[in-house]
Amino acid sequence: MADSSSMTATMASGSAQRAGSMKRFAQRKSTMGFLLCLPLILLIACFVVYPAFYAIYLSMLNKKMTAFVGLGNFAFLLKRHTFQLVIFQSCLFAVTSVVLKALLGFILAHLMHNIPDGTNQKIWRGLLLVPWVIPLALSTLTWWWMFDPSYSAFNWVLNQFGFDNVPWLGVGWIARVCTIAVNVWYGTPFFMIMYLAALKSVPEQLYEAAAIDGASTVQKLFFVTLPMMRNIISITVLFSLIVTFADFDIVRILTAGGPQDLTHVFATYAFQVGIQSGDIPLGAADSLFMFPILACAAFFVLRGVTQRTKEIAT
Amino acid sequence: MAEVSCRKVVKEYDGGVQAVKGIDLDIADHEFVVLVGPSGCGKSTTLRMIAGLEEITGGEIWIGGDVVNDVPPRDRDIAMVFQNYALYPHMSVFDNMAFGLKLRKFPKDEIKRRVDEAARILDIGMLLDRKPRALSGGQRQRVAMGRAIVRNPKVFLFDEPLSNLDAKLRVQMRTEIKKVHQTVKTTTVYVTHDQVEAMTLADRVVVMNHGIIEQVGTPQELYHRPTSRFVAGFIGSPAMNFLPCRIDEAGGGGLSVRVNNAVQIPIPAARTSRYAPFKGKEMVFGIRPEHLTQRREEGRPGFEPVELLVDVLEPMGMETMAHFFVDGAPVCARLDPATEAAPDVMLALTADMNQMHLMEKDSGKVV
Amino acid sequence: MSATTADHARTKAKTRKNSLHKQRLWALWGSYAALSVFVVIFLVPPFYTLMTSLKSSAEISAQTGSPWMVNHPSLDNFWYLITYPNFQTYYINSVLVTIVTVAVSMVISVLAAFSLARMGFWGSQTLSTGVFLTYLVPPSLLFIPLFQIVGMLGLINNLWCLILLYPTLAVPFCTWIMIGYFSSIPKELDEAALIDGASYMQILTKIFIPVAMPGIIAATIFAFTVSWGAFLYPLAYLYTSNQMVLTVGIISDLIRGDVFQWGKIMAACLLASLPPIVIYAFLMDYYVAGLTAGATKG
Repeated sequence: MADSSSMTATMASGSAQRAGSMKRFAQRKSTMGFLLCLPLILLIACFVVYPAFYAIYLSMLNKKMTAFVGLGNFAFLLKRHTFQLVIFQSCLFAVTSVVLKALLGFILAHLMHNIPDGTNQKIWRGLLLVPWVIPLALSTLTWWWMFDPSYSAFNWVLNQFGFDNVPWLGVGWIARVCTIAVNVWYGTPFFMIMYLAALKSVPEQLYEAAAIDGASTVQKLFFVTLPMMRNIISITVLFSLIVTFADFDIVRILTAGGPQDLTHVFATYAFQVGIQSGDIPLGAADSLFMFPILACAAFFVLRGVTQRTKEIAT
Repeated sequence: MAEVSCRKVVKEYDGGVQAVKGIDLDIADHEFVVLVGPSGCGKSTTLRMIAGLEEITGGEIWIGGDVVNDVPPRDRDIAMVFQNYALYPHMSVFDNMAFGLKLRKFPKDEIKRRVDEAARILDIGMLLDRKPRALSGGQRQRVAMGRAIVRNPKVFLFDEPLSNLDAKLRVQMRTEIKKVHQTVKTTTVYVTHDQVEAMTLADRVVVMNHGIIEQVGTPQELYHRPTSRFVAGFIGSPAMNFLPCRIDEAGGGGLSVRVNNAVQIPIPAARTSRYAPFKGKEMVFGIRPEHLTQRREEGRPGFEPVELLVDVLEPMGMETMAHFFVDGAPVCARLDPATEAAPDVMLALTADMNQMHLMEKDSGKVV
Repeated sequence: MSATTADHARTKAKTRKNSLHKQRLWALWGSYAALSVFVVIFLVPPFYTLMTSLKSSAEISAQTGSPWMVNHPSLDNFWYLITYPNFQTYYINSVLVTIVTVAVSMVISVLAAFSLARMGFWGSQTLSTGVFLTYLVPPSLLFIPLFQIVGMLGLINNLWCLILLYPTLAVPFCTWIMIGYFSSIPKELDEAALIDGASYMQILTKIFIPVAMPGIIAATIFAFTVSWGAFLYPLAYLYTSNQMVLTVGIISDLIRGDVFQWGKIMAACLLASLPPIVIYAFLMDYYVAGLTAGATKG
């Protein structure tokens, strides 16, 4: 090493320079981090954030998009009977489907948890996940065919037992139930998988401790299983609520909104009004009605996930 | 091969927390230096600053005659062994060891030669094709060391490398590390919280606490001449006994340590002048358990009798630990396993006052 | 006396053990029975698809006998589709769109996830949250303004509009789960690589991607599923058969007015469902990992 006097000199001259270069070093890393994120940021900005604001602008124009009408489209929609039906059916469709999916998923997860782990469970899980794997638009076609008015496979079964034909998609309430049934068929496996994962993450010792404390099966469910799964249950339900509420494929293919617009949900109605009838502002306004509900659900999902991440971390 | 120096090195995290508060340290070429201290004392942060994994807030770090503050880790020519091994899980042992050389574009046969050489030193030649997950903890540790050796760097850095191993393996690997250092002689900085590891491995030990260096010295120096109560208590197992005391005058111009009415021990004549300034002051008396025994050494200067009430006995096999309470302060003594001592019975001990330490009550400075 | 009590206790314990065993056995068989019922219900539509696809148009329109059974199975429907140029176009379009979408999505999300998991910059926390929120935006919320935007770009009835838009559906979730996988890699691993002389890009390509391969596969499967099965965007933005993809092509091509060629439709559904089913069959564990990752990773 150099003698002390020259070393002090280097130190003195170096430190001023170094403060700058050290900062630059840190900056380089964060600049690179930002650059790596740039494609993502551009994608979200151009095709999510911009369209969201653009939708608000569009929803305030008249049909020919020549004049600004303020909240006129929203007021018009709310007064329209068809749209009132849309609000009702969307909520009915989403809430009923999600409740049924959650219940069936919970039961299925427990049944799966009962049988021995390993290949055996994997095969059952594999079979039960099939509805989720087939593209929804394609499997809904099959359902449509099974509900076919002239040659319904379900009606044939009913006839065998001596029942009359049911006009599956021809009568409002029955058609509504049919759309819900298809959604439940499609979405239950997702709930099952989520709940099964949650069940598996409950430590076995907790059940053993509860058993030694004298808990019955039902008590174990209410005092061990449900509290431990609470977070996953709420995340899954809220997430599914968003997806189901915004569903398009099932209603569009099965009924296209009919009969008498009784099965329309926000998405299919927006498609009919905005794309098919060419009233883009009205369609945009229709879509935006979903926003408050989706935003609420999204807020709680995010909170749940953040909590869960913290729980896992600790 | 190189020397490492820290000059007033400071590490301050966001929020103003100072992990390292301006340390000075010179490590000679070929030296094996161990940084030891309780968790949160700044030893790992210091090591990581030497490695270039943490930015240096203030001061300078020199490696081999160059300031490396702004040099990225890869250009510092160092190698590091991590606590959890940090082996690349998707690469074979060979590839793990060769990775650094491949990135530096070494020719293939040179890589092979170096890896084989390192594998020979560490006796892992038969493991070269395995993946890390197929290895035991000790084998992983060897591979991690191999990865450091093949690079032939200026400095080895070890960050608590033995903490994840079980007690038996830890002792074995400790010897192994020492052997490797004797073979390759690379300058080594080694961080641990285990003082036994520090004592057995180091040429010099650096004891750190609260972001500052408490004492630097050879293991013998630290054991026999600690400069602070912290070092005195940290080095040695079981830890040194500390008793609040007052320095009293004894007959014939001598001094004595007065702990309470029952326990008053004369200070050897050789130390009288050293402790004279503290006459009548409240001090802390320190004595190691191994200097509190049942051996009969009457007549030899400095060996003084003490009588204490036994609280608990812990037979260890080669020795038996006896625990006492003196005015609420715990005291430990090392007894011969053949001892006749029993709980709740007074026991006559011999204190080797030649090995005593006296500390200031507030500063903890050894006088 | 003590001996008899002990005996008594032992027999009692034995019977209890037996009853416990029996109870467990009942629970097990009950579970199997209930699961079987669910499996049958769940597999009815795919089964019916298969049956119909094997029937000739004549057999379907005869409307006699059980619709659940095939009297004269034939592969005519499949042969018709395989040689039908429009169907070939849809298939090729679907494959093209999906491959490009998956590739683009994976590049974007892996780069972003690496940055967000390790390289923190100003606002990176907010961006992570934003990514997750974007994942919760359903396609049906923004398809109308996007219709206008696609129009402005001159991409209405052009396959490339899908390639532009599908990544918005896949990237947020892929990024989110990749952040989770990357964050679970111990920090010491990149530090070791850094000391070994790797640059950030080398750490990503040589360490992170190989180590997080299960996550990459799960994310790829997700991106694939999304772009293969999407229905709303192609339905809204494409209208000529040379640009269509499978999901909309089948409906618009094989349903002509009131004429439903159900045998061909079902065969087409089967052929179109084949790639996801095959991927699922071989990579089920990754598929499931991707499914559950949304709530448990990150």
